[in-house]
Amino acid sequence: MKLREVKELLNAEVIAGEEKLDMEVKTAFGADLMSDVLAFAKAGSMLLTGLTNTQVVRIANVLDIAAIIIVRGKKLPAETVELAKELHIPVLSTKFILFETAGRLYAQGIVGCLEKVEK
Amino acid sequence: MCAAENILEKHSFDIEGGNFSNAGTVSTKIKSILKQKHLPDDVVRRSAIVCYEAEINIVSYAKKGIISLTIRPDRVQIEAHDEGQGIPNIELAMQQGYSTANQQIREMGFGAGMGLHNIKTYSDIFDISSEVDKGTFLKMTIHSQPVKD
Repeated sequence: MKLREVKELLNAEVIAGEEKLDMEVKTAFGADLMSDVLAFAKAGSMLLTGLTNTQVVRIANVLDIAAIIIVRGKKLPAETVELAKELHIPVLSTKFILFETAGRLYAQGIVGCLEKVEK
Repeated sequence: MCAAENILEKHSFDIEGGNFSNAGTVSTKIKSILKQKHLPDDVVRRSAIVCYEAEINIVSYAKKGIISLTIRPDRVQIEAHDEGQGIPNIELAMQQGYSTANQQIREMGFGAGMGLHNIKTYSDIFDISSEVDKGTFLKMTIHSQPVKD
């Protein structure tokens, strides 16, 4: 699925990375716990989260996250938007809650970035 | 071969404890340096992850610290040296879910007790030593070439 289709599906606003909407995405990871994002999210996935501080963008950069999807209609601080632009990481914002966002994407073929957690 | 030989590049960065608005900037810089060296994506990513976790630990728990990056032909080494409270029980700190993070750290989405465990997972070689009320030293090695016996 193209990021542009994700935008339509989630009725999302593009906060950063308008030029990257033709990027293909296949997988996603959703969490508000950045510790878990660091431990489990895979390169090339979308990150669905309700956290909006700059660390979300730093982590996306570190992990090679394809795009950040901000859920629950959260407003992003200006410094988060600036950093996303600087690091060329697309950010979309949707009013849907995390569950609904994940469900809509999953129903259209986006799968989790790992099937289950190996302990 | 002497260990001092074959260093392609070495960089050091100061980290300020408690400064959350700057947290992660060193990892972003280190990642960009590694990318410019055209190392494999996986090596760059794993190095960035361990560096970031170490950087967040210094900001969260130490007074100050230094992160250094050494690039050799066959490996990337990241060392994190801090002055601070240290870790009384390393074995316990390495356990998933164990954390001494305060509310401020948790509100930012950290403090789930995954950091050190994650560093170990993403490093090929991981050394840790610590002294209470002195500080903590981490050394992470990531191979960028297949290891020859």
